[in-house]
Amino acid sequence: MKLHENEFIAEYAESKLAVAGALLFVIFILLALAPSIFSSQNPYDLRQLALKNSFLPPGSGFLLGTDGQGRDILSAILYGLRISLFVGVASTLLSVFIGLLAGLISGYCGGLIDTAIMRLADLQLSFPAILIALIIMALWGQGISKIIIAITVVNWVYYARTARGSVLAEKEKDYVQAAQAMGMRAPVIIIGEIMPNVLAPIIVIATVRIANAIILEATLSFLGLGVPITRPSLGALIANGYQILFSGYWWVSVFPGLVLMLVVLSINLVGDRLRDVMNPRLKR
Amino acid sequence: MELLRVDGLQTHFFTRKGVVRAVDGISFGLKRGEILGLVGESGAGKSITGFSIIRLIDPPGRIVNGKILLEGRNLLELDAGAMDTIRGDHISMIFQDPQTSLNPVLSIGRQLVETICYHRREVSGKEAQARSVEMLRQVGISSPLKRLRSYPHQLSGGMKQRMVIAMALINNPKLLIADEPTTALDVTIQAQILMLMKKLCEQYDSSLVLITHDISVVAQMCHRVAVMYAGRIVEYGKKSDILYNPLHPYTRGLIACLPKLNETRDRLYQIPGVMPSLLDLPAGCYFRNRCPDTGDNCLEYPELRWINGRHVACHRVK
Amino acid sequence: MLVYVLKRLLYAVAILIVISFLVFAIMYKAGDPTELLLPPDATHQDVVALKQYLGLDQPFHVQYWRFLTHAIHGDVGRSFIYGQPALQVVFERLPATLELASTAMLISIILGIPLGVIAAIKPQSFSSQGIMFFSLLGISIPVFWTGMVLVLVFSVILGVLPSSGRGALFYHTSLLTLDGIKHIIMPAITLALFQLALIIRLTRTGMLEVLMEDYIKLARAKGLPRRVVVFVHALKNTLIPVITIIGIQFGQLIAFAIVTETIFAWPGTGKLIIDSIQNLDRPVVVAYLLVVATIFVFINFIVDILYTFVDPRIRVK
Repeated sequence: MKLHENEFIAEYAESKLAVAGALLFVIFILLALAPSIFSSQNPYDLRQLALKNSFLPPGSGFLLGTDGQGRDILSAILYGLRISLFVGVASTLLSVFIGLLAGLISGYCGGLIDTAIMRLADLQLSFPAILIALIIMALWGQGISKIIIAITVVNWVYYARTARGSVLAEKEKDYVQAAQAMGMRAPVIIIGEIMPNVLAPIIVIATVRIANAIILEATLSFLGLGVPITRPSLGALIANGYQILFSGYWWVSVFPGLVLMLVVLSINLVGDRLRDVMNPRLKR
Repeated sequence: MELLRVDGLQTHFFTRKGVVRAVDGISFGLKRGEILGLVGESGAGKSITGFSIIRLIDPPGRIVNGKILLEGRNLLELDAGAMDTIRGDHISMIFQDPQTSLNPVLSIGRQLVETICYHRREVSGKEAQARSVEMLRQVGISSPLKRLRSYPHQLSGGMKQRMVIAMALINNPKLLIADEPTTALDVTIQAQILMLMKKLCEQYDSSLVLITHDISVVAQMCHRVAVMYAGRIVEYGKKSDILYNPLHPYTRGLIACLPKLNETRDRLYQIPGVMPSLLDLPAGCYFRNRCPDTGDNCLEYPELRWINGRHVACHRVK
Repeated sequence: MLVYVLKRLLYAVAILIVISFLVFAIMYKAGDPTELLLPPDATHQDVVALKQYLGLDQPFHVQYWRFLTHAIHGDVGRSFIYGQPALQVVFERLPATLELASTAMLISIILGIPLGVIAAIKPQSFSSQGIMFFSLLGISIPVFWTGMVLVLVFSVILGVLPSSGRGALFYHTSLLTLDGIKHIIMPAITLALFQLALIIRLTRTGMLEVLMEDYIKLARAKGLPRRVVVFVHALKNTLIPVITIIGIQFGQLIAFAIVTETIFAWPGTGKLIIDSIQNLDRPVVVAYLLVVATIFVFINFIVDILYTFVDPRIRVK
């Protein structure tokens, strides 16, 4: 089927805004994959920096200006974008994996396992994400891997719940009972038969939660508890420029902030549209 | 004078896939106190007809053509506010699934009383309550006074439907539209509900449009019958004529489907094939592809003709 | 009904105990505070003596029991920085945070629900699209960014609002003085924005789904005027899940206050916890976690009970 004939895509594309969001997101991903193409320098390589270039306003040779160390803001943004996206996507993938597993097992097995997992999830859900992440970061220190773990821990619950709900709904359906009657073993049934049906709502949630993950990482970095300053994400860049904001060097914080906002906005646009298109209850 | 006359009603749905001609030119009339059965299989357009009369067609649907005359007044010309006064007061509707028809967070009493109060401003709260109690009693709900404070989830399916009937009749409407009122109920309750409706309609001198896919229901209840197929009426007349001497091949097929006690058969009869999609109606007679008795002129759409005491849309009937 | 309340209460207490255990376990694992408390030239004997004094040489479960029994009496240790009992330090700053969170909550509810309803009634209209785009922005902008932009515009560029601190209090609240309002308005809006967007979206989605239900169609078939159908029949059904979310979100607000308080130097518990983490002031961190956990559990408990009043389907049989 050609791309424009696919019904799903056609319906998605009815919202011009959502299409713009998808395009924007793809652009960001491409930029993040190869930042060196558009950046004039590698901002982490101290040899490329020159203090005489510090605090130059946008347009003066450097498109978006420079920061206190002479770092080109545009380059810093591109490299920071990569880190922000990496953390967001990696933690989401990881938490989807864990959550899916937990939810599938919980829903299919029922009983004590189910109660245990769900109680754990409830407990965790009654705690705000940022607190949990804070505690993890405060105890185990900083670093990209720790942040990814923290965000994963926060987010697995959503997927576990959704997966479990779907499994419970599907469990009663005929095709599952037929598979059981045929003697298929439980893991095979779960992965082969039930999971494909569970994936649709998970994909929708995951898309939106990538945005959340990115914001969470940015917030932690802004508070100084996130990625190390040597390889800053967008949030860290914003924090970097925060203090000097009031001295008039606004571009150091504002541009990374705008980019962060656009990234998250584009993801939310896509996620929203996906959810509307896939939501059966809003159709008649 | 006729209470209701539907004339050339066309209700279409404008979807991404095309125009669905759900109701495509139907006409019928109803006298005061009469019960009309609107019969057909799923998708024939009967429910849409019901919703069209009470003008509850939402986008992407629209009533594109026709007249709906209630005591001579064309309902399609009324504005929203005027139509609101008609609904619930002169025309009421009963939906198919009692489980979802009632608002779960409002009490029974509340849902009954509001029906009165928004139409009869002069009635006091207490009078409205008394009338609600009376109505509940009439539909056969026990301890009606206590029930006023109950919530829908505390009632059984049959009781819920009785409550819906009470709400529909509480303002003494001239016309009641019932969309498959017993389909979602237990078989044992179905007959009770139908008898209740018949009794109350007679008592209040209300007319009833009974929408159903079940011919046996029609046999019990109705004075006149209209058989719908793919958005149009194919046969329309007095019940006794149509049921005991069906002329249209589709009607005959429907009746043949009913198992009869005095017959012995190995298999139940089925009309072969399926109803055509309303997005893609064939040229000529819509029933052509399933009809056991087609001819050359069936390629031209048959209009309703008056034959043998009823209206029939078939070239092959003489 | 009483049974239900008692059950939920017991459940809440159980959760608190579990949380206290977790907090303690985490702190236990986090390491040994003795080094922080002693001067660098302390001898090994000093270290041992201090450990004995603090009870750190006891086995885990003994320490935990001590911790628990002391905690119930309100003693979780003294702040290393402030020298006062840790709980007292937290409680002193709690009202400021609660005031901020409550104000933000009020703003988001008072604006959010009506806007959500408007966006649902006429989903294709211009104002609806505008509201929805605004709400999309609201959930896409991190809290700290909102704060920064507000400070930039209103404090730096326009100079009309103060960029930090809490204003003059009147009867313990800053909402009754002009100065107080000037100080609280930006942090409150910053904190409220995400919440507001969330409520708008929830209300809108909820209402759209409710409006498709059969009972709404029947309400229309009864000839009820549109405003009654929307504001009586539909709204009540829509708000029930929204109320639960709002309740839980209050806890989130208290947490996100951490960021807001940092930006606006608002003297609440959020700023306290960040400082305490960075200063390794363990008792205060523990005190904060316990207090906040208790607030959350309490809120969840209240929401549970409230739910039974609002949704007749779960009222006790």
